[in-house]
Amino acid sequence: MEIKDVPQDPGILDDYGREICYAVDQNGNYNLVQSIGWYPKNIANRQAWQAIEKKINKAREDILGGKLSPIGFYMACNQMDIRLLAQYMGLYCWQVRRHLKPAVFKRIKKNVLDKYAALFNVSVDELTSLPDKLTRDCHI
Amino acid sequence: MIIDFKHTQSAHCECGVTANLINHAVKESDPQLSEALAFGIGQGIFFGYLPFIKVNELPLTTFRCPVGKIFKSVTRSLGIDVKWQKFSSVPKAMDALDMELDKGHPVGCRTGGYWLPYFPPALRFHFNMHNIVVIGKQGDNYIISDPVFPSVVECPAKDLALARFAKGALAPKGSMYRITRVPGKIDLKPAILSGIKGAAKSMVKTPVPFLGTRGIRFLGKCVEKWPEKFGQEKTILLLGQLIRMQEEIGTGGGGFRFMYSAFLQQAAGILDDPRLTPMAEQMTASGDLWRRFAVKAARHCKGRATQDDSVHAMRQVLNACADIETRTFKELLSIAG
Repeated sequence: MEIKDVPQDPGILDDYGREICYAVDQNGNYNLVQSIGWYPKNIANRQAWQAIEKKINKAREDILGGKLSPIGFYMACNQMDIRLLAQYMGLYCWQVRRHLKPAVFKRIKKNVLDKYAALFNVSVDELTSLPDKLTRDCHI
Repeated sequence: MIIDFKHTQSAHCECGVTANLINHAVKESDPQLSEALAFGIGQGIFFGYLPFIKVNELPLTTFRCPVGKIFKSVTRSLGIDVKWQKFSSVPKAMDALDMELDKGHPVGCRTGGYWLPYFPPALRFHFNMHNIVVIGKQGDNYIISDPVFPSVVECPAKDLALARFAKGALAPKGSMYRITRVPGKIDLKPAILSGIKGAAKSMVKTPVPFLGTRGIRFLGKCVEKWPEKFGQEKTILLLGQLIRMQEEIGTGGGGFRFMYSAFLQQAAGILDDPRLTPMAEQMTASGDLWRRFAVKAARHCKGRATQDDSVHAMRQVLNACADIETRTFKELLSIAG
């Protein structure tokens, strides 16, 4: 890749900085060049986020349909699966799986609920209700 | 308190951390280590396509060696002593970090990128291979030299603690490391030669077909079969994942091939061996081909693939990469061996 070909396609990085690309100058010597992004990468990244959003939407529908507890929504927002969530909570997978059932969720002890809320960085009130906004940034 | 630490932005986190930490520790008269040199001496270049290991339900493709190997190989071959620590509890890990900082030592930490608040939101995925250098603390904020970012960043203690104890695959478990002793004189020449040799061996002398240059051919074979095996929708996801692995921030472009090229160029100068210059050019050519592959894959993802972008054409690009890299690493092996 030559320096003049280093792509500058805005996308993922936004105002958060620039990444380094290695590119050659006219004499064939390597230089470090800052880049704002590259479109194939932006496409691939958008695709990954769409997959996450799809999971979040699915969770939302299931919760409204009474098949899933709100923990499922926050789990999807935080890109976790049952195994990862169980590790963060210090619980067994089967325990988390039970907490995902609406009937069991209503009976979860206060201290466990607090721990879920702290992990997802929301209040207990928010955790027990389903937020309206389609939050990609529910953690951020 | 902030340690006087020279922050140099680099493409890849581990190489950057390695180079920055070593440059901080050695005497001024010693040669400075660039990121590319760290990558080459650390035997960073690699390829592996492991369809039986899944990341987010998609097969794992890697363009570099496992996390931690670069830092370990570089320090070992330069004769630098390192203290590694892992922790079972969060307070202990944070106290140990504070103690090292108080003594004026910059400390490398492995973290989970998902929890670092200074990351762009669009890049906050769960991956536990992100290396940073903590260089100070102000109030409740840590001052961090994250080599992927243009300048030094700040991170609240609470978030750093979460990041150091991220869970999931390759959980860092609070691991931190610092350089304890550097030898009187740093000699890059033998380290470069052994780095080239080690990397070339892992590229062309692997006993299994999914690693090294054989792995590139294997990937091509699989890519060609994806549409009929998985259907259009899944193929797009698989290709998208491949682009992300190849070009994710940290590769310097072309799945680390350009960075390796830069290393070979610098090595040619240090070793005064003109035979390495054409090798660097060949790696550049391979990197350009990888980039072309990513463009084709992206057109599939966008639904704009033409005849030129068929899976068959993509396989041919990968085969061309494999051809170039096989030839290059075989020649490198004979030069360094």
